[in-house]
Amino acid sequence: MIEFKNLHKRFGKLIVLDGLDLEINKGGIFAILGPNGSGKTTLIKCLLGMVIPNKGEIFFEKKSIHRQWAYRNNLNYLPQIANFPPNLTVIELINMVKNLRPKAANSEDLIELFGLKSFLDKKLGNLSGGTKQKVNIVLTFMFDSDLIVLDEPTNGLDPIALINLKEIIQKEKDKGKTILITTHIMSFVDEVADEIVFLLDGKIYFKGTIETLKKQTNNDNLEHAIANLIAKQYA
Amino acid sequence: MLKILKYSFYDLMRSRWSYVYFLFYLILGFVLLFLNNDVDKAVITLMNIIIVLTPLIGTIFGVMYYYNSKEFTELLLAQPINRRKIFMGQYFGISISLTLSLVLGLGIPFVFYGLFKSAAIFNFSLLLVVGAFLNFIFVALSYNIALSTENKIKGFGYAILMWLFLAVIYDGVFLISLIIFNSYPLDKFSLAATMFNPIDLSRILILLKLDISALLGYTGAVFRKFFGTNIGMFISMSLLVLWVVFPVLRMNLKLRKKDF
Repeated sequence: MIEFKNLHKRFGKLIVLDGLDLEINKGGIFAILGPNGSGKTTLIKCLLGMVIPNKGEIFFEKKSIHRQWAYRNNLNYLPQIANFPPNLTVIELINMVKNLRPKAANSEDLIELFGLKSFLDKKLGNLSGGTKQKVNIVLTFMFDSDLIVLDEPTNGLDPIALINLKEIIQKEKDKGKTILITTHIMSFVDEVADEIVFLLDGKIYFKGTIETLKKQTNNDNLEHAIANLIAKQYA
Repeated sequence: MLKILKYSFYDLMRSRWSYVYFLFYLILGFVLLFLNNDVDKAVITLMNIIIVLTPLIGTIFGVMYYYNSKEFTELLLAQPINRRKIFMGQYFGISISLTLSLVLGLGIPFVFYGLFKSAAIFNFSLLLVVGAFLNFIFVALSYNIALSTENKIKGFGYAILMWLFLAVIYDGVFLISLIIFNSYPLDKFSLAATMFNPIDLSRILILLKLDISALLGYTGAVFRKFFGTNIGMFISMSLLVLWVVFPVLRMNLKLRKKDF
């Protein structure tokens, strides 16, 4: 479904992606992991066309995404920091995003699920971080797309919202969707992810199931297995 | 693009500053008319204010809007919309709402005064056209600066410097160079120098129309001698169009490679 070919990206002198090759097949939950600054967000932003790679190509459903934009209609993205225009209300923002996409949306169930009904007429500038993240989640999941990209989805969520989020992710997976997640919460990865993609020094250091990773590092605990991978970088 | 334009426009119409700007022009218009009691003189005074103030406001609004709506722009960039359309929509949204403040703010007092019966209507319309051009030019220039500068404070500083340079320093340097090189023929040099500054260009355009030789100054006089009033106006108007087109093209070029 997605293919990254020999992807290079540098910001000034800092090399973030260094000849990265990655193929992601349709269906399933993929966790993109790596130490801070390993290029997870850059990789995702390349896929979204927000960051333009210096070299290499990206294919989405077998078509190159270079200078394209229509492909994003089949893609939902949850950004890392939910900063919205402060003088809009929640419902205005939701309606506006609906208006901008030529797709049918179902926001009612999600609003209900995350208990956002009483916040609909509040201005986004007055919301707490967690509530903003809930709005962010509603905006992401209200469209029916084949690919869902989540950048740190658990940020600031309370336990109930977190359980709801896991349920939604599971439901989407059952529908045959492809879901990419970046996070630093290993228990979350352990619970939801099917496969792990581990980034290090701008390349794919490991790709495979959680079981394989545990076996390869001789560690039963995912957190320690990942720490093991990262420790090699510090050594 | 129209959707983005609409949202940017509404967003600005909701902001307090658009109204402050509108009220400022409204009060200015009324005060000038009642103090002067002469539409022609009011137009000249207004010209002097518009030529300095619209660029300043356009610059500040452009930079401020870009940096303030950064997060929102990122949200839009992840949607299935061409990124060029997002920024063009924002650009036209700001320029049009500023132009509307200008046209309504000055237009209302003048209409009350009986503009339609006065011969000054053409001079006055030209003033508004030039004001609109300056809005479009300086919003485009400031958007260019903001797109090229990641740091908010630096971007703001550069934008203000640009305004200061074009509105004040440029004329100073120009005059000094005329004095230093006064033993050489400077007609062509001064013509060219005028074309590189949209503020000077607007001033000459209005003065050519008003036909006040005393205010034309050196460049204006050269301009008129060289091109005559009508061709001179035509040329300065086309140059103003180019001053909009080039920054907008540069914006689109920059957008192709820009990372967000």
